[in-house]
Amino acid sequence: MSFLNLFRRPASAPFARERLQVLLSHERTAGKQPDLLAILQDEILATIARQITVEHENVRVRIDRGATVSTLEIEVEIPHLVGTVPTLLARMSSAGACHTVRMPNFSHGIV
Amino acid sequence: MAKVLVVTSGKGGVGKTTSTAALGAALAQAGQKVAVVDFDVGLRNLDLVLGAERRVVFDLINVIQWVAKLSQALIRDKRLETLWLLPASQTRDKDALTEVGVAGVIKEMRSKFDWVICDSPAGIERGATLAMRFADVAVVVTNPEVSSVRDSDRIIGLLESKTERAERGEHVEKHILITRYDAQKAQRGEMLTIDDVLEILPIPLLGIIPESQEVLRASNVGSPVTLCNATSAPARAYLNAARRLKGDVVPMSIPTEQRLFRRLFGRRAA
Repeated sequence: MSFLNLFRRPASAPFARERLQVLLSHERTAGKQPDLLAILQDEILATIARQITVEHENVRVRIDRGATVSTLEIEVEIPHLVGTVPTLLARMSSAGACHTVRMPNFSHGIV
Repeated sequence: MAKVLVVTSGKGGVGKTTSTAALGAALAQAGQKVAVVDFDVGLRNLDLVLGAERRVVFDLINVIQWVAKLSQALIRDKRLETLWLLPASQTRDKDALTEVGVAGVIKEMRSKFDWVICDSPAGIERGATLAMRFADVAVVVTNPEVSSVRDSDRIIGLLESKTERAERGEHVEKHILITRYDAQKAQRGEMLTIDDVLEILPIPLLGIIPESQEVLRASNVGSPVTLCNATSAPARAYLNAARRLKGDVVPMSIPTEQRLFRRLFGRRAA
């Protein structure tokens, strides 16, 4: 059997199981409480928009909802400044279903 | 007083109509008076699976709109005299389904049958929400596959919030029916196992219907699988599931096809 195992593709069902568990843990809370990541995204973009005019296509938002930690990345290209085009990159993480903001991580800051 | 049961799933093609026909027939075979109601307005198929497609005169919408009486629209099964079908309309718009209208029809049926089984359309639109709206019991049909499990989870959430019972603070009895299960694939790690599905969707298991060519064969000839070939693996699984619905304690198993010689010579050859 072990010889045959060499030719066998790895089992895919465990991936299905894990993906479902992560997805449903988010979807089950989504109906009861608003999605924190979506709120943060709206508020951060509104704050930026109050200060500078940003074209829609210059905003890139990436969300990755994980089992224990979710991350929200917002990347904004700020035009109309002399010289280089600066980019604002905000990355935030939340832990678990309670969505506590663990760190407003601005380590990439304003480039 | 009848129990109103909804067969639902969210996802299409998982076996709601097959399961409605098989469970309805199995309950009728056990002597219960059963009505199966097709809620899939515009895409009716329960009539076809039950082999009654040529006898449809009136439908659910006609009854709701007082064009026909319930007794005129109900079609009695040719094989089982305690099984009745209320077909869906094939031509009307699904907006013709109204909550007040459905409530009236279900109320009238409650007084005439032991079981009223509502075959829900796929999705979460009007037809699906009204099919579950007045249910006492729900059978959530799920394939051991990611999209079906996700949609079942969504449907369980709706059963717990959007049914009349839930709104009154009462319990809706929910069961999961796992269909198209392939034990060998699950054993090889190619398909979610029963335990995987039950861990993700924690509601009581009503039955496990094995993947089988008998299901296609039964729909080809327009007969519920429990009637078409009552000793086949899916038929035995549905018959057991129906007994559990009635409250009988039946040990959970995954029926397998019996070999020909075993069928011919009974237990002696086993």
